[in-house]
Amino acid sequence: MNQAASEFLRMLPFLVAAWLFVVGLYGIVTSRHLVHLIMCLVVVQTSTYLLLLGVGYKIGAAAPIFADIPVGTPAVDPVTHALMLTDIVVEATVMALLLALAIQAEERAGSVDPEQLRIMRG
Amino acid sequence: MNYQARTALFIVSGLGFLCFYIWGLHGLPGLGHYPGPYGNLINSLTVYERHATDAVTAVNFDYRGFDTLGEEFILFASVMGANLLLRKQKDDREEDPPLDRAQDRVVPPTSDAIRVTGLALVLPIVVFGLYTISHGQLTPGGGFQGGVILASMPLIIYLCGDYKAFDRVTSHVLSEVTEAVGAGGYAVAGLISIAFGLNYLTNFIPLGQTGDVLSSGTILLISVLTGLEVAGGLVVLMIAFFRQTLVYRKADDESRGQDEPSRQ
Repeated sequence: MNQAASEFLRMLPFLVAAWLFVVGLYGIVTSRHLVHLIMCLVVVQTSTYLLLLGVGYKIGAAAPIFADIPVGTPAVDPVTHALMLTDIVVEATVMALLLALAIQAEERAGSVDPEQLRIMRG
Repeated sequence: MNYQARTALFIVSGLGFLCFYIWGLHGLPGLGHYPGPYGNLINSLTVYERHATDAVTAVNFDYRGFDTLGEEFILFASVMGANLLLRKQKDDREEDPPLDRAQDRVVPPTSDAIRVTGLALVLPIVVFGLYTISHGQLTPGGGFQGGVILASMPLIIYLCGDYKAFDRVTSHVLSEVTEAVGAGGYAVAGLISIAFGLNYLTNFIPLGQTGDVLSSGTILLISVLTGLEVAGGLVVLMIAFFRQTLVYRKADDESRGQDEPSRQ
């Protein structure tokens, strides 16, 4: 493999993470529906998974579970995995909170288009 | 700001972000060349120090247990927030319940295949959820994953039955209590270690034999508590969202003169 290609592969997870982040952000900026907007936020958040896993990855290393491999075997960073794990669960509940907000917005303002939600009422 | 201006602003700032990001990537060690000593240290110490074979769970519930406590309360707060937003409010819908927009739409009956497969899955899911929670310190798993698996049980029952069946197997009070016990118990577990004269959330239970289910001390305890909280919280959320839908459905059912509630 030549130099440029290996350099590109070295950066691939981080580039995909950036792409997911930007493309999700584009969806949020141009969104015309609150549920669509929330899904775009989830896309933005998935970029953190790739970033974290990319940071913790080691070439040729095993998963950090020492139930069936001897201690001392090279294993990937468990901290990033732990972060990602809580990230996923918290994301699911935060999404539920946002969807509840969308339901309320629909009831209060009669619309789920962010463009139409300009009036603030107490 | 109008739509075009917003998109244009986004494209400019997005390109700017990409430039800075790619510039920043050059300072990173490449993929697969993990630099830090922290992860390696934990990998080599978990089995000796905590008698846990799953380093990820050990990080979650022991080494960085305090951070997970915070994350758990994010979960707790968002479940409470969603519940608060979806509560029945006096001023909405009481006088003028909105009707289903497609009154003559027939809700297809649940197919027998779904019923049989779903019901056959219920018990294995409960067992698998409990297994995942209790074996978190040995193999991949733990409170977060197991809690989600447990909470999927009422959903399966809803899928192969109807809302009434879901209502029978879940209890709003019970799931709220479960969630609160899980969240509060985690914080209390930390206080107990203070009572033993240790730092907050230090492992105070005997570590046991590596590889046993009852090993690794507080990791197992906190894993179980987290499992309770996650399962309870998700069921509370499901109940809140189902009730929200049912307000529409009740109006629909009354107008059609049906007795049995139909599913959306």
